[in-house]
Amino acid sequence: MTGDSEIQRHHLVWFLRGMRGISSLPALILMASYVGFSAFALQSGLTRGEAVFMTLSIWALPAQMILIGTMVGGAPLAASFAAVTLSSIRMMPMVASIMPQMRGERTPVAILLFLSHFLAITSWVFATQRLEGVPRENRVAYFAGFGITLTLTNAAIVGVSYGVVSSFPPVIAGALFMMTPVYFVASIWASATQPVVKIAFALGIVLGPLLALWAPDFDVLYAGLGGGTVAYLIDRYRRRRLKVRAGAEA
Amino acid sequence: MVDGWWTYIVIVVAGFLATDIWRWLGVLAGNRLDDDSEALYWVRAVATALVMAVTAKLIVFPTGTLADSPLWLRLGAAGIGFVVFLCAGRRVVVGVAVPIVLLVAGLWWLGR
Repeated sequence: MTGDSEIQRHHLVWFLRGMRGISSLPALILMASYVGFSAFALQSGLTRGEAVFMTLSIWALPAQMILIGTMVGGAPLAASFAAVTLSSIRMMPMVASIMPQMRGERTPVAILLFLSHFLAITSWVFATQRLEGVPRENRVAYFAGFGITLTLTNAAIVGVSYGVVSSFPPVIAGALFMMTPVYFVASIWASATQPVVKIAFALGIVLGPLLALWAPDFDVLYAGLGGGTVAYLIDRYRRRRLKVRAGAEA
Repeated sequence: MVDGWWTYIVIVVAGFLATDIWRWLGVLAGNRLDDDSEALYWVRAVATALVMAVTAKLIVFPTGTLADSPLWLRLGAAGIGFVVFLCAGRRVVVGVAVPIVLLVAGLWWLGR
């Protein structure tokens, strides 16, 4: 029994350590982006309650922007669903790529399903960078501490800043909006240790906007699947050649 | 914009469900991946390319206030910022601060 309570205490400690991630640079930048989102929601005619509920229930900034965009245009429910779900397909490989790192040997699937809701780009970058340094049995608690705190804090920020930001000059609002993409560019490149990630990074950046001109509804999907697969093949060719060369020298 | 409870139903169906089914599928798919399997290399590559495609689109086709700003300014700020970030030893703070300062300076100079 003492062993069990010892484990519980360890989980709590790692949960709290995860919570401390709320003061990390990625979390602060996301908060600035959500201040920008609350202004966008207000301009689009959403109420404060709707904007907060949307942040809690969707927890993916691009999906929230897209949903508002289709709602403002008066699209039928099925069309909103299609647009949002297309933009959210990326969640599947993002969540899948974190699972082998995050789960412990006996982590219940139900807990992973629940925690997956808190995985979005910022917490994906955070998890990619930090989970390696956390003992495997504490990674779920650590991620839960960070992810849940980040979501609740940003929902609160949307509620508080709703109506306040509209008085900001456009330069400030523009700077808030630009914060998110440039942060992703810098942090994903800085955390890329494997060459395959760097190749996929470059292909995604180039293909995303290019394909948007050609296939506006499926651009992100094509850029991800196409660019990611090409990156994987280039990297596999590179690894095989390295292996052959090492074999020849040995 | 539709009013009242209908908005919440739209958010739950077209927002929450439309997004979280992919997260749930990700958990189920990821549970079958080994930490260093060949399949995980591919999944990582696809995830990274997807995220970067979304990111690049936020810069090239922004919504809201930035939609009125010139493309060259946004691309220039992001591009120069990235080069400075690489030269400064890949420090994320530099990679965020430089593009924002360039963008704000450009917007101010253009009188927006």
